[in-house]
Amino acid sequence: MLTLVADWFTYVLLRMPHGTVLSGAVQFFVYDIIKIYLLLAGVIFAVGLVQTWLPPEAIRGVLARHSRLMSHVLASLMGAVAPFCSCSAVPMFIGFVESGVPLGVTMTFLIASPMITPSGVVLLWGLFGAGTAALYVAFGLIISVVSGLIIGRLHLEHWVEDYVYQTKVGGHPVATLSLHERLRVGWNYVREIFRRVAPWVAAGVAIGAFIHGYAPADLLVRYAGADNPLGVLIAVLIGIPLYSNAEGVIPIVQALWAKGLPLGTALAFMMAVTGLSVPESLILRRVLKPKLLATFIGIVGVSIIVVGYLFNLVM
Amino acid sequence: MHIEILGSGCARCHSLEANVRKALQLLGKEAQVTAVTDMAQIMAYGVMSMPALVVDGKVLASGRVLSPEEVKRALVSAGI
Repeated sequence: MLTLVADWFTYVLLRMPHGTVLSGAVQFFVYDIIKIYLLLAGVIFAVGLVQTWLPPEAIRGVLARHSRLMSHVLASLMGAVAPFCSCSAVPMFIGFVESGVPLGVTMTFLIASPMITPSGVVLLWGLFGAGTAALYVAFGLIISVVSGLIIGRLHLEHWVEDYVYQTKVGGHPVATLSLHERLRVGWNYVREIFRRVAPWVAAGVAIGAFIHGYAPADLLVRYAGADNPLGVLIAVLIGIPLYSNAEGVIPIVQALWAKGLPLGTALAFMMAVTGLSVPESLILRRVLKPKLLATFIGIVGVSIIVVGYLFNLVM
Repeated sequence: MHIEILGSGCARCHSLEANVRKALQLLGKEAQVTAVTDMAQIMAYGVMSMPALVVDGKVLASGRVLSPEEVKRALVSAGI
């Protein structure tokens, strides 16, 4: 079905000849972009819908109830399906900690959420295949759970800014939505994500279709390529200060991968860019004292590096 | 009527504020619109996801950017 559309567009509408490199690339581009857009719309709509049943108030309630390990796992899963605007990080942190969610569990949620986003996973799925997307999710969940567990075990509550514990958190009744309103929320979510993500998807697919093999080797590939045992370490160190959302960094990851960077190294780079960043650190600095912020960056950074090497071993 | 937009100055918070002003225009009404960025004030409402729409001290929506139409309906049911 999609092949038919792509064929029609390439060979009938554009009247390109069969069998040339360019027409093949155009056909591939059209096919891939339709496939990924459809996938994206479906998944985003479903996630948007699920989120209406999972407001932070509900997540907080679930997390305060379960045993230690279970609550870390749940925090990680919920962070993955409930991406929040980075402007909500501070109120969520205060709201969680104040209502008795342990610090480590809160950190697990905050680590998983920007690293694993539904739209990012769909892009990985579309561009690298389902296996890679699944491994990325699995490793992201493991990193957030392990980092949160360590932070919890270190008992660093006194390194949280004091005002957090003094803030009075009011309760407001969560308005219940009708099914119609929920569907509207899902649809609005699709539109919002699409506006933001569509150009990046096109860039990613275009890179896959056209630039594959042509781009010159650049800095990262030269210093973090397959033959360098320190590759993952270097890629993560370069990625930490950079900031982008998952959708924006995926075309770069694809270009790097096409140029021969091992997949584990490329994905560790992506995790470092999305999970740790200067702007996010500045936001978290408002609730974490410098020592805790540094510990957080250190633990998450080391976990990403370890996982990057594991990924390279597995692939 | 006093309308407050809770948020920390992010892009989505600004678009909610813009939609609130548009809704007021559509309704042909005037109201005081304040952007609240102080965390203590925001937490006092118990809201965790930004942006949020508060009318006369009542939280009408949180965590999503309502369209001008949706704001209009919310304001009408709040008795503007």
